[in-house]
Amino acid sequence: MDTFSIKRVDNDDLSTLYLNGFLDAHTAPELENEFEKLCGEGRYNIIVNFKELNYISSAGLGVFMGCIEDIRGNKGDIKMCCMTPKIFRVFDLLGFPALYDIVDSDEKAAELFHKQEA
Amino acid sequence: MPKTDIEFQLRLPSQTDNLELIRDFVSKVAEKVGFGEDDVGKIELACDEACTNVIKHAYAQKNGKQTLDVIIKVDFEKFILIVADHGKGFDPQKIKVPQMDEYLAELKVGGLGIYLMKTLMDEVDYDIQPGVKNQVRMVKYFINKKESSAVKPPEEK
Repeated sequence: MDTFSIKRVDNDDLSTLYLNGFLDAHTAPELENEFEKLCGEGRYNIIVNFKELNYISSAGLGVFMGCIEDIRGNKGDIKMCCMTPKIFRVFDLLGFPALYDIVDSDEKAAELFHKQEA
Repeated sequence: MPKTDIEFQLRLPSQTDNLELIRDFVSKVAEKVGFGEDDVGKIELACDEACTNVIKHAYAQKNGKQTLDVIIKVDFEKFILIVADHGKGFDPQKIKVPQMDEYLAELKVGGLGIYLMKTLMDEVDYDIQPGVKNQVRMVKYFINKKESSAVKPPEEK
């Protein structure tokens, strides 16, 4: 049963990860691997699209906490977009909006990176 | 009005690939006894966090033979969710609930589960008997006590 999948799309210096399904302690290592791969390739400008993500637990949130220092240390960032209200509530409960930019479309997330470069 | 005094039990191997099944079980029961979508989501996540803690930390040996129990008891006023294991246990006094602002500032990983359980449920307590039975018991009331206690009665004149 495929309960979680990630689709990656690279566009110039931006990489977007489209998450699908359930992100919990069972599936979180897949996302961790994907971030490791991106960092290994020197791609630190990352957008994560949550539109098709149905569920997240603290194990999933922990993945973002685990890699953000490395990514920001390399002048990159993770911008998040398209969260359903259910997913946003979990991020909000833990105060993540103070730490990450969360917007409602891929385009707005990309704009944030371009503004940073300007 | 929910049915009174009903009990549901699930025993399964203490492995992360069972988390989805556990969440389905708990959320279906919560729906069945009358919780709305928002509360069902809270109960589902609190249960996942408790089970994840058991799967990650309860057993020194992990060979697929260790089990965890998810027990739901429902009476007229509340939904009680118990997650139990037979592992090494822990000292609940030593559990630190993180201060979220400091936590985020330090970019720490893990430890968010306990904070979520306490935030999502009305009551959380532990009964620890190492090697015999350890359990976390979480309660959700049908009438939100946190909200209703915030409403002050009118002052007497």
